[in-house]
Amino acid sequence: MAKTHISTSINGEPVEFLADPGSSLLDVLRNTLGLTGTKEGCGTGDCGACSVTVDGRLVCSCLVLAVEAEGHEIGTIEGMAQGETLHPLQRKFLEMAALQCGICTPGVLISARALLEKNPNPTETEVRFGLAGNLCRCTGYDKIVRAVLETAAEMRETV
Amino acid sequence: MNVINDKLRVEDNKWIGTRTVRPDGADKVTGRATYAADNTMPGMIWGKVLRSPHAHARIRSIDTSKAEALPGVKAVVTAKDIVDFPLETSVMLGIQDMRWMCRNVMAREKALFHGHPVAAVAAINEEVAAAACALIAVDYEVLPHVIEIEDAIKPDAPILHDFAKFEGKPSNIAGTMTAKLGDVEVGFAEADIIVERTFRTRPIHQGYIEPQACTVSYSADGRATIWSSSQGQFMVRAMTSLLTGVPQSNIRAIPAEIGGGFGAKTIIYLEPVALLLSKKSGRPVKMVMTREEVMRATGPTSGSFSTVKIGAKKDGTFVAAKGDFYIQAGCLPGGPLRGPVGCSFAPYDIPNVLSVGYDVVSNRSKVAAYRAPGAPLGAYAAECVVDEIAEKLGMDRLELRLKNTAGPGTKAAYGATFGKVTFEETIEAIQNHEHYKAPLDRNPRPGVKRGRGVASGFWYNAGGESSAQVNITEDGNVVVTTGHPDVGGSRASIANVAAELLGVDHSRVSVLIGDTASIGYSNLTGGSRVTFASAMVVTQSAEKVIGQLKERAAKIWKIDPEAVNWDNGEATPAGPNAGQFPPLTLADLAAKATETGGPIGAGVQLNTTGADPGFATHVVDVEVDVDLGIVRVLRYTAAQDVGRALHPSYVEGQIQGGVVQGIGWALSEEYLYDKQGRLDNAGFLDYRMPVCSDVPMIEAVMLEIPNPKHPQGVRGVGEAPIVPPLAAISNAVYDALGKRFYALPMSPPKVLERLDEV
Ligand code: FES
Ligand code: FES
Repeated sequence: MAKTHISTSINGEPVEFLADPGSSLLDVLRNTLGLTGTKEGCGTGDCGACSVTVDGRLVCSCLVLAVEAEGHEIGTIEGMAQGETLHPLQRKFLEMAALQCGICTPGVLISARALLEKNPNPTETEVRFGLAGNLCRCTGYDKIVRAVLETAAEMRETV
Repeated sequence: MNVINDKLRVEDNKWIGTRTVRPDGADKVTGRATYAADNTMPGMIWGKVLRSPHAHARIRSIDTSKAEALPGVKAVVTAKDIVDFPLETSVMLGIQDMRWMCRNVMAREKALFHGHPVAAVAAINEEVAAAACALIAVDYEVLPHVIEIEDAIKPDAPILHDFAKFEGKPSNIAGTMTAKLGDVEVGFAEADIIVERTFRTRPIHQGYIEPQACTVSYSADGRATIWSSSQGQFMVRAMTSLLTGVPQSNIRAIPAEIGGGFGAKTIIYLEPVALLLSKKSGRPVKMVMTREEVMRATGPTSGSFSTVKIGAKKDGTFVAAKGDFYIQAGCLPGGPLRGPVGCSFAPYDIPNVLSVGYDVVSNRSKVAAYRAPGAPLGAYAAECVVDEIAEKLGMDRLELRLKNTAGPGTKAAYGATFGKVTFEETIEAIQNHEHYKAPLDRNPRPGVKRGRGVASGFWYNAGGESSAQVNITEDGNVVVTTGHPDVGGSRASIANVAAELLGVDHSRVSVLIGDTASIGYSNLTGGSRVTFASAMVVTQSAEKVIGQLKERAAKIWKIDPEAVNWDNGEATPAGPNAGQFPPLTLADLAAKATETGGPIGAGVQLNTTGADPGFATHVVDVEVDVDLGIVRVLRYTAAQDVGRALHPSYVEGQIQGGVVQGIGWALSEEYLYDKQGRLDNAGFLDYRMPVCSDVPMIEAVMLEIPNPKHPQGVRGVGEAPIVPPLAAISNAVYDALGKRFYALPMSPPKVLERLDEV
């Protein structure tokens, strides 16, 4: 089937690509555009490893068709740090060892950022439910939740 | 070594025991770290596996001609391309028998489970490869299948393998393992109380988030390069070599970052197939499993059917213990019998023990190791029986355990005679913990009941082969290379050790994982061995480097090397008699390396020993919703002797992660099969692993009782934490409801069913 030409914006930069009508956004990010920071854990919307934002809204990129990106703003893990400056969540995850193997980490960070944008002062329960779509098999979530809560507290202070 | 060892008193440590930022961290939070599926190569094509649609079928013939004729298809392989290991002769690689590995990678005489690979295709893209798979014609003779242990051991069960005999007859019991001490009959005769119970657990998956993936490039000169994520690049090289006939010297296995393994990536599935596809096609071949393939055809760990009997005196002294453990092997022999047989009763000093494991094959995917392989199954049964004995004797559950703890000189049924063991300390840590002493509100709301449970666990731990190289760069910094894939932050621990020993700032140390061509042989990342073994070889390498640095300084100062000290990253004269010289830093010595004798660096390759066993004791509070059958874990505290926590955060992380996997095992995870023998829940939606909102914080109590056989006192940590949770949660649910469960998972339907029983 003929490919469709898509114009979109990824992490603030204009991007064009050709996509099969059936390709997922995840597939195009990873295999067409070489943005492999977004991970595939399941391909069925159940693990959150592929989390990205579309116009600021958190989605599983494995459940979005690539052609749906037309005219929208996509945010991926590659755009989370500003040059050498890590996002506070990224920094806190390193300081507090909130990752082990790290395969879930890009998705968890994108989810956590979306959560804190909506709710800058979440309770532990709100963090737990906010991240319930992101499977992590290594950490038992303890250090992830603590890192998100700490980051939120820090970000509130610096605003 | 002793000099350094003495210097490493905890209070003097600058880096060991601190929570430094891991060397590989920045790449992992920015998406730059390269995992197995992230690798690409120019000219690369895609491989796909055709899998059996039947749970059990003889393969009469395979016709690949139509697939090969499809435009875009570059190669097809079947079992005849894989090296055959005839059934008569066992060829072992570590604990893996290549007879089973070659049949696991590609079905040979028979397809043994739904999802068993029967052929593979490489094509210009994944769609063409999938279309080609559909064109392969396999002529199957469908055979009756068997899934559950209790069905597989019936006399009239369909037999999977003609070669497997039990008590002289063809059987699905492919092997047994026994651990024996004293005479259980005599022991039980002395007992005042005997409790015997039967337990069942379901197979569960390791559940790593990164599916298996690899890229293999086979060159015209017969050399192959493999990029894949595994728990051992040397295992990848050796197993691929055995299965393809390419000598090890012609294979370079490069470890990608690994997205979780938990034991399952100690064997391979794709690499030999991709190598053969690359060889046939002349192109690099990439293969990535889908989640469904991972669930259907890799791992899982065994389900079990166990009977445990323990006899005790009125005062609580255990006099005899017997265990029969029927363990699922999957479709080929090799279930983790050593776990339940050896570990179940090992925490206790029991004079009479008989522990027998049965390796039961059935039409499921072959099991793979999972964190303390098999040990949780046995501990589940044993620790629930211990709980019942305590109740029947009216004794405190932890006091009963304390009364029977193994100590110095205790003979374990599996063969070891213990030296100093630290089981008691873990029990006391829980007894003294605020969690254990806190009152529990048993009926907080109508319809909700709460309970508290405890359990203990044992894991062997392991040493084994490791290699390291410590090099001083020309600008006076440090590069450490080891041979172990880092699954959980081991590079962070190694960086702390190297910085401490060499006396340099942590930021000046890089830690890398070598490929099979750049570092000496290193055994698997598994068995709770990596931090133990690699810290040992890195220590010895660093000592050699310090020796060289002293020699270089001595040369410059024209004094005896014995008269040089190495402290805080610089050489100084040892005393007034040695002379008066300004200190020489690492950078000074590196700058003068050429004229003082050449590059500075040293490596050590060792078969490490001294990994003493690990013990853990856990306490958990649960809440049961009696209307919905939901069990929630409210609070969890895990105490473990960790020897020395080189990097406390990653030690806690091992404990927290292991406990939550145990919670999933106890409450929600299970493999479900339909009548045709097909896995019914091959995805993360229906295979329910704990998510963030399912669990509380997990408190890890790290007891640092140094292992005297290790330069920093390290003891293996990763596996013991998954041993107690199954029983601890079970015992807590009993405490809440007054009804015991003898099967896992205690998922809502099963809890409601049990509550309805009169
Ligand atoms: S890969 Fe998209 S949710 Fe798992
Ligand atoms: S850190 Fe490994 S899955 Fe989360």
